[in-house]
Amino acid sequence: MISGEFDLSIGSLIGFSGMSVTLLTTETNLGMPLASILTLIIVLFIGYCNGITVVKSGLPSFIITLGSLFVIRGITIAVSKIITGRTQVGGLEESKGYGIMSTIFSNSFTISGTDFPISILWWLFFGVFGYLLLKHSQVGNWIFATGASKESAELMGIPVHNVRTSLFMLTAFCAWFIAITQITTFGGADVLRGEQKEFIAIIAVVIGGTLLTGGYGSILGTMIGALIFGIVKQGIIFAGADADWFQVFMGAMLISAVLVNGIFRKKYAY
Amino acid sequence: MAFLERNMLTNNNQIVLKNIYKNFGNINALKNISMSTNSGKIHCILGDNGAGKSTLVNIVSGVFRADQGKYVVNDDEVSFSNPREAIEAGISTVYQNLAIIPIMNIYRNFFLGNEPIHNNYLNMMDKEFAIDTTKKELRKFDISIDNPKRSAGTLSGGERQILAIARALYFGAKILILDEPTSALGVKESNKVVEQIIQLKNKNINVILVSHNIDQAFMIGDKFFIIKNGELVGEFDKPDTSANKLRTILEK
Ligand SMILES: Nc1ncnc2c1ncn2[C@@H]1O[C@H](COP(=O)(O)OP(=O)(O)O)[C@@H](O)[C@H]1O
Ligand SMILES: [Mg+2]
Repeated sequence: MISGEFDLSIGSLIGFSGMSVTLLTTETNLGMPLASILTLIIVLFIGYCNGITVVKSGLPSFIITLGSLFVIRGITIAVSKIITGRTQVGGLEESKGYGIMSTIFSNSFTISGTDFPISILWWLFFGVFGYLLLKHSQVGNWIFATGASKESAELMGIPVHNVRTSLFMLTAFCAWFIAITQITTFGGADVLRGEQKEFIAIIAVVIGGTLLTGGYGSILGTMIGALIFGIVKQGIIFAGADADWFQVFMGAMLISAVLVNGIFRKKYAY
Repeated sequence: MAFLERNMLTNNNQIVLKNIYKNFGNINALKNISMSTNSGKIHCILGDNGAGKSTLVNIVSGVFRADQGKYVVNDDEVSFSNPREAIEAGISTVYQNLAIIPIMNIYRNFFLGNEPIHNNYLNMMDKEFAIDTTKKELRKFDISIDNPKRSAGTLSGGERQILAIARALYFGAKILILDEPTSALGVKESNKVVEQIIQLKNKNINVILVSHNIDQAFMIGDKFFIIKNGELVGEFDKPDTSANKLRTILEK
């Protein structure tokens, strides 16, 4: 989003990745690690197609990836039904390589008697990685410039097309990663996994201060945005309030965040 | 590159255009333009809206290729396919609206597309170097910035233009094209920029200035090219003309 693009297909890619790994593992005898890598290649290719289509057509990524959202979800459901007759597939636990996969992606570790899911470590790892990429690398500078002004960036010799395409591949990779943590936790896949995750992602990013127009934002802000999202969700459940209020709250948060970000933007008006 | 070696010997960075034509569909944007520009001089391209000034500048800066004619830089015929190639040949352009990105900070703007890299395998940006260099280079142009992490949008209009000029020179521009550098600025900001443009002569830069402010152009220019309907209708050295004479030809 900092580069000025939206990827609405990530939710569908989560469902697709989970189902693809699960089917490749249970229906063939590749084993889960190999199935995961194969799926990653397919998913990166889908991300590449998203990117190339946006770049070549000049159309808003919002529209292009809205299309892929439906295409990918539809394919996931159809293929799962054709192969297994069902939309939920389980039985990963007994498969080859499940042990190592769940150790890496979803097990817990214990610090002084308390269990922590390993996903916390991954969260920190990707946080640091994203921070270094955005704030300290050359590519980071290119991403901000691409989001702020494609024309200026291009005139300064930044490979704007490549920057945009690789970012669609990065979001596809992230969707794959989430899918792996899910299927190793649940022992199987559901074609509907990841539904609405694209909106949750946008909300977390916007609450975290990223401008919808691109060119400004941070990883730390996004991590805080995601935390706020999670805390509010848990809080409302703990308080015993109806989960519907959560939706109301999130919607209101989103709108206020966009308004506040807009005021910020005006401060640096052209 | 051959012409860079020659530069060091002659110390003149020369552009020569010979019989340049450029059409857009059936519009003849440029017809038989021939001119030359040299180091240490300010060359003003004057003309009405739609005369062909931007088209001419875009050919020199590598945005377009001429349909016909020769484009020679330091005795070598060139044919740039994009602005990047022109920049590598020492020809930089400061565009009026696209010079800098307001929402990014000053040092990131200064090194946009030319980020300094730490000498390690992680390819991290050398921010300390970037910040120090930005400060140092801007000071050469009478702009003192205490905090280059400020967003560039907090700079005044004139300071933004000067930032773009300083940046071009730092990255090796010997020939500098300025497309209406002061037309969006107030008088005070405009004067700041003009002062720095005049300084470019001491730095032995070959300056090509597009303008339709005749009085201002006459004040700072050494040589004047008047374009009308895509044709070069007059070429004057400063001693041979006056602002009024230029105006008469333009309005004829
Ligand atoms: N990219 C383009 N496509 C089509 N016509 C153009 C293009 N650029 C310029 N022209 C035409 O060429 C002529 C000269 O334009 P331009 O060089 O922009 O003039 P100036 O900068 O002097 O105002 C005009 O008639 C303009 O409409
Ligand atoms: Mg013009």
